Amino acid sequence: MSEVVTEVVTKAIVRDVELPYGAGTMALITLDNGFDHTKPNTFGPLGLASLDEALDAIAARSDLAAVGVIGKPFIFAVGADLKGAATVASREEALEIGRLGHRVFRRLGELGVPTFAFVNGAAMGGGLEIALHCTYRTIAANVPAVSLPECFLGLVPGWGGTQLLPRLIGPAKAIKLIIENPLAQNRMLKGADAFSLGVADAMFDSADFLEESLRWASRVLSGAVSVERPSFAGDDWDKIVGDARFLVDMKLHGAAPAPYRALDLILASRTASADEGFAAEDEALADLLMGDELRAGLYAFDLVQRRAKKPAGAPDKALARKVTKVGVVGAGLMASQMALLFARRLQVPVVLTDLDQARLDKGVGYVHTEVDKLAAKGRVSADEANRLKALVTGSLTKDAFADADFVIEAVFEDMAVKKKVFAEVEEHVSAECVLATNTSSLSVSEMGSGLKHPGRLVGFHFFNPVAVMPLLEIVRGAATSDETLATAFAVGKSLRKSSVLVKDAPAFVVNRLLTRFMGEVFAAVDEGTPFQVAEHALDSMGLPMTPFALLQLVGPAVGHHVSETLHAAFPGRFGVSENMAKLVASGKPGVYKPDFSLDEEAVAVFSGGSDPSTAEQVRERVLAALAEEIRIMLDEGVVAAAQDIDLCMILGAGWPFHLGGITPYLDRLGVSSPRFLPAGVASVPA
Amino acid sequence: MPSSRDVVFVDGVRTPFGRSGPKGLYAETRADDLVVRVIRELIRRNPSLPPERVDEVAVAATTQIGDQGLTIGRSAAILAGLPKTVPGYAIDRMCAGAMTAVTSVAGGIAFGAYDVAIAGGVEHMGRHPMGEGVDPNPRFLADKLVDASALSMGMTAENLHDRYPAISKQRADAYAVMSQEKVAKAYADGKIQPDLVEMGIRTAEKGWGLATADEAPRPGTTLEGLASLKTPFRPHGNVTAGNSSGINDGATGCIVAARDVAGELGLRPKMRLVSYAFAGVDPEVMGVGPIPSTERALRLAGLSIDDIGLFEINEAFAVQVLAFLDHFGIPEDSDKVNPYGGAIAFGHPLASSGVRLMTQLARQFAERPDVRYGITTMCVGMGMGGTVIWENLAA
Repeated sequence: MSEVVTEVVTKAIVRDVELPYGAGTMALITLDNGFDHTKPNTFGPLGLASLDEALDAIAARSDLAAVGVIGKPFIFAVGADLKGAATVASREEALEIGRLGHRVFRRLGELGVPTFAFVNGAAMGGGLEIALHCTYRTIAANVPAVSLPECFLGLVPGWGGTQLLPRLIGPAKAIKLIIENPLAQNRMLKGADAFSLGVADAMFDSADFLEESLRWASRVLSGAVSVERPSFAGDDWDKIVGDARFLVDMKLHGAAPAPYRALDLILASRTASADEGFAAEDEALADLLMGDELRAGLYAFDLVQRRAKKPAGAPDKALARKVTKVGVVGAGLMASQMALLFARRLQVPVVLTDLDQARLDKGVGYVHTEVDKLAAKGRVSADEANRLKALVTGSLTKDAFADADFVIEAVFEDMAVKKKVFAEVEEHVSAECVLATNTSSLSVSEMGSGLKHPGRLVGFHFFNPVAVMPLLEIVRGAATSDETLATAFAVGKSLRKSSVLVKDAPAFVVNRLLTRFMGEVFAAVDEGTPFQVAEHALDSMGLPMTPFALLQLVGPAVGHHVSETLHAAFPGRFGVSENMAKLVASGKPGVYKPDFSLDEEAVAVFSGGSDPSTAEQVRERVLAALAEEIRIMLDEGVVAAAQDIDLCMILGAGWPFHLGGITPYLDRLGVSSPRFLPAGVASVPA
Repeated sequence: MPSSRDVVFVDGVRTPFGRSGPKGLYAETRADDLVVRVIRELIRRNPSLPPERVDEVAVAATTQIGDQGLTIGRSAAILAGLPKTVPGYAIDRMCAGAMTAVTSVAGGIAFGAYDVAIAGGVEHMGRHPMGEGVDPNPRFLADKLVDASALSMGMTAENLHDRYPAISKQRADAYAVMSQEKVAKAYADGKIQPDLVEMGIRTAEKGWGLATADEAPRPGTTLEGLASLKTPFRPHGNVTAGNSSGINDGATGCIVAARDVAGELGLRPKMRLVSYAFAGVDPEVMGVGPIPSTERALRLAGLSIDDIGLFEINEAFAVQVLAFLDHFGIPEDSDKVNPYGGAIAFGHPLASSGVRLMTQLARQFAERPDVRYGITTMCVGMGMGGTVIWENLAA
């Protein structure tokens, strides 16, 4: 592995424990990297060597009744040290990563005495695999995260996971952990879920987890407790794996290799010997480690984990003003969603204003209903629900903003309307109050130009649904002050959003790229490309939605409006589809019916072109357009770097890790020239 | 509400006692975690007791700061997973903390305020050295309220040798050797282990481990060995680390209940509370405290010292045990006294020790149905003694 990466070494510390009930001596291995729980235990070559050394000493002894493995407080182990994986330069090196992990971990299953994993905290990836190599496992009821996230990043659980888990809990449940959860936003299991799936044999409270685990282990050793292991030989493995492959295909269309490799390995585990199975994992791991999809995944993971937490270009945090009350202009759905989010996350009074009492009542009523739903689900307590409901109020007049520190508008997407609204707001608020616009496409600079204090206005662009989508595009207008910007970033952080600083450019980042992307597809259909050909021409990217499904989510009217705005700004690159205008006029919600079948009438709106393209032509056209648009955006300085484009597309559009957002994919295909990112950043170094 | 009813000791457990200090078992273990383990074990050992039927959790600690602060009875109850409806509080009477926890909840039970309570104590003398944070009022000395030696327990023990010249260092050391021998035998005979709850321990350096036995006993202690020890409290004095209890970490706890309720719940009580008393003496000879407290408890019970078949007396210092035995005319090698040995070997994590005495007495009662009455007694800093008289329900 590369010398530049320094490993935080997880040490394996061995201590003898006299087991209760006279069950003999256990060598208890503590995995501990010497830091607190904020830096979890991981495994690189030095950590594996430490475990290997500990196992050497244990294997040399004949006085042991059992061996145990436990983590440090709150953490068992969270797998391989990924910093190392991103620098692997040769397949031989990649192969060695798999082999080394197998060679060390499998010893836990081959010591000749029973081994017990005491999963006292988060167990992910290779951390969970350590436990799987042991003969038995106990888990603490408070463990917050158990997962095999490898497929999420573009790997397979390659230190035994694909071989051991299916045999332990059966192929169907193993697929849930190895494939389904990672592909569902990397969902994690809690301790109790892992126990009920059979990943652990016993579960104990955290208060005296080790003590009770050791008592249980002693009873297992004495035979007082017997652990039943069901057989899954009777399961229809081919069908279960086949069904899973179908679902993966629906999602990815082959765009990312890892889940397919994992399925192959799971199927093989039914009959493979340990040697064969582990060797197959080594090969899969080496192939994937030397594949660009994984490198893009690691790059994307780093963006989401690190760059998203330190937004490029954000001003000094110390400049941020304290926000103790929030105003929302408007009481429509978007405004109500924002009010709920502000109240929940900032826990300050939020006042909605509208000229119409009925709309106001409806808006505040929406918030109250949503809070009740949260309470019914147990997400907030009854007291918390009362508090949140009391925080959100409505007012017909804007004097309610007098003591607000942050006022955001969510009124009709029209420059004149918004300017008028802010002029009124400015009559009432303090000179320091930050004003924010949720505009998705209008110029923040122009909007602020009529203000008495233009420095106070900032763009604060949420994505729908507001409560769910993690991205916030924070737009700096020509006059926006550092204090205003810093406050916007601080508020974004309090809202638990990932903020990206963008320049005041039409439709900012996500909507501009999505509109360009969809526009090319719609144009192809308008020109006569059969609907299904265009709609599925980009399936091989493995995007979360097809272009027309995305249109349906956004709504044809809104989509069309944004395309008109962009057409006005960049008429050469952004077209306006007349057929789309017809679809909007028809009032239909899109080309799909509620049951996702095609509405042939709606599709027919797009017929009539005489210059059809092939799927490949559509694909080339769209990718070239994306590359062109991103290059222009970077040249214009819409964001600081290609990394921010990718971060926006991952968090705002749900574009997948295996594309690295988008620029690594375009680089990979050679569509971008020159490359957006140097070779090796999100790809295998040449 | 009944005006008075019988109070019984149902069951007691403790953690192994550790030696305080950076190399001790509990060097990096929290005091409240010791209490939590004890409470959980009591509930586990008595499955017929619904946790919500616990009406009070009284936990003693001498130094009630840090992990022994925050009203430890309540905080440990929450940490132990008892229902939040179960209240708790903290108690301090220094060495007699746990004993006072038992007598306090017993008073409440007799009065009818509680049916069932958990009482215990903890002292992590490594994390909380004796005297941590104390601020004695200057009038103690200025007004000659106490002697300057009163706040040093070792000096009060030396003072006791002055008061009772018949108690020599030789006798104290011989008593200490005997205590070590009795503890070693009790361990060998399996008398101690059933009431210990093993405790998970961890240090950053050594990782996780398990405390399964007391750390302090020094089996094989000899008179010659003891003779060579220093007398830190006085040049050429009598009190040494060998004939005193040590500096220790540990926690104890027990279930105390109204006798009728214990029956209804299917609990099996081991002892009935007959009487208790606390008494004050000159702080500079606090070791004589058990004498007046025992006399008072006997008087309240209408018993004489001859009625008592078993004594569990805390061995803070050998001299203080000998003073007690001499006073009542009990031979120092009597098999009625500390049959399993005492704090000189086990150790004495201050506020926890009172319940250790009771737990051991209960186990002896079970073995000795011929004995009807026993006492637990201990001396207390600032010049006090405490005594509880128990009736053997196995008799």
